[in-house]
Amino acid sequence: MSAYDKVLAARDTKKPTSRDYIKAMFGESFIELHGDRSYADDKAVIGGVGMLNEMPVTVIGIEKGRNTMERMERNFGAAHPEGYRKALRLMKQAEKFHRPVLCFVDTSGAFCGIGAEERGQGHAIATNLMEMMTLKTPVLSIFIGEGGSGGAIALAVADEVWMMENAVYSVISPEGCASILWKDSSKAAEAAEALKMTAQDLFDLGVVERILREPTAGDRKMFESLKLLICRTFEKNLAVPVDQLTDLRYQRFRKIGKVK
Amino acid sequence: MDLFAFIKPKNELEQSAETDVKKPYVPDEMWEKCPECGTLLLTTDVEENCQVCSKCNYHFRINARKRIAMTADKDSFVEMDAELVSDNIIDFPGYDEKLEKSKKSSRENESVICGTCKIGGIDVVIASMNAEFMMGSMGSVTGDKITRAFEYATEHSLPIIVFTVSGGARMQEGIISLMQMAKTSGAVKRHSDAGLLYITVLTDPTSGGVTASFAMEGDIILAEPRALIAFAGPRVIEQTIRQKLPRDFQTAEFVQDKGFVDRVVDRRKMKKVLTDLLRIHNYGEAEI
Repeated sequence: MSAYDKVLAARDTKKPTSRDYIKAMFGESFIELHGDRSYADDKAVIGGVGMLNEMPVTVIGIEKGRNTMERMERNFGAAHPEGYRKALRLMKQAEKFHRPVLCFVDTSGAFCGIGAEERGQGHAIATNLMEMMTLKTPVLSIFIGEGGSGGAIALAVADEVWMMENAVYSVISPEGCASILWKDSSKAAEAAEALKMTAQDLFDLGVVERILREPTAGDRKMFESLKLLICRTFEKNLAVPVDQLTDLRYQRFRKIGKVK
Repeated sequence: MDLFAFIKPKNELEQSAETDVKKPYVPDEMWEKCPECGTLLLTTDVEENCQVCSKCNYHFRINARKRIAMTADKDSFVEMDAELVSDNIIDFPGYDEKLEKSKKSSRENESVICGTCKIGGIDVVIASMNAEFMMGSMGSVTGDKITRAFEYATEHSLPIIVFTVSGGARMQEGIISLMQMAKTSGAVKRHSDAGLLYITVLTDPTSGGVTASFAMEGDIILAEPRALIAFAGPRVIEQTIRQKLPRDFQTAEFVQDKGFVDRVVDRRKMKKVLTDLLRIHNYGEAEI
């Protein structure tokens, strides 16, 4: 598969969305919690609490929607500032009760629009980056589809970042990159190659810790083993003193692109 | 004089005048045209006026060195990490050439200059971004230098002032540039948790990954008049929503109205405002 094939696979509308993951792993125990407490409830971001096996967990996911109606309602997984603020509110809640935070990332990017700018898209993302870095509870982010730039990293300042084998994560979409650099968006395939945005590339660059086999909808066994893996990681990180945990998190990012 | 001169188009009039009267030689660099109101200004006057148009108050874009010279007390600036240069980490086509070109044209090694200085006699760490280097885009060295500046400030209990100007993350460094948003934010947070003051000054233009990280993380966020401050640039938004944006959208004044900038400050008053803010936060007392 070429890099651009991976991009297309990451965008495939038939693959499981955050809701599918939450449903498959949390089942009936998931209780959705709405709103950012200052403006609105952004439906592009789903959040709440639930039990992962025996463990209470806060789970947050960017939701693209599974059919046209849902995609419209979810704004195609492009969150507004209130979406990122809702996510942060739930993370702070998790910190208070020392519950691990699990994030699912699947977005082409933070929404670009008048309202998003007026309500401080940049500020909302920046605040998440800052606060997540010192969140005193384990954080794990899993990329299940597209990881579009600032809108993705706003939910990915974590102790570990995992990616599905066909997920991508990039500073800019290959189409955007091609049209800016070469004034030709049809060169997206070349740009995808150049950007090193596939899970495999990112693993080699030391940006992600783990590449996962992707479950298909209804594949109970795969979801079960993923659940087990997540639980084990949280157990391990819950045992680490929080100051040490946040220091490790800082060092994880500190070393990326560090100049000798 | 030509009887019909008055009905000739203006440019033709000017042309004929030029051939008739020998104009004194005026070197181009003596004049600067204000991009906002079109007034021709004497370069020396603009220089004296902190690179602000005396007629319409337009703030000319200035480079990082000039910015530091305007802000720091005379001869107090000591640069840090000046020798750091970017690598083509992900082997991006054309990036090596682009870096070389930027280095040559800007005569700088990267898109940010960091160091220590005194402002009104008060010790601070200062970082000033440079639009002349790849439009102030944030690569790994930019991110690393800013992170180092914050770490230095934290270690030495110093306040920090950052002047931002940036087109955003540098796509030629792929994901590594995106990671700098988290890295710098982490360093800001540690500085903040140590109870130290961070002031950002947003200048024209500040956008993308810089807006969505350290630019918006200051305890106090100042901005220069009419500076463009955005997450997504106006062209990207217009393409997305397929409608024209209002003229004042995303100016410093607009962003202040929306509640994301503390104060729009005229460049000529910037040093005084910064000094006053530092004093109010109890810095520099030992000097007195």
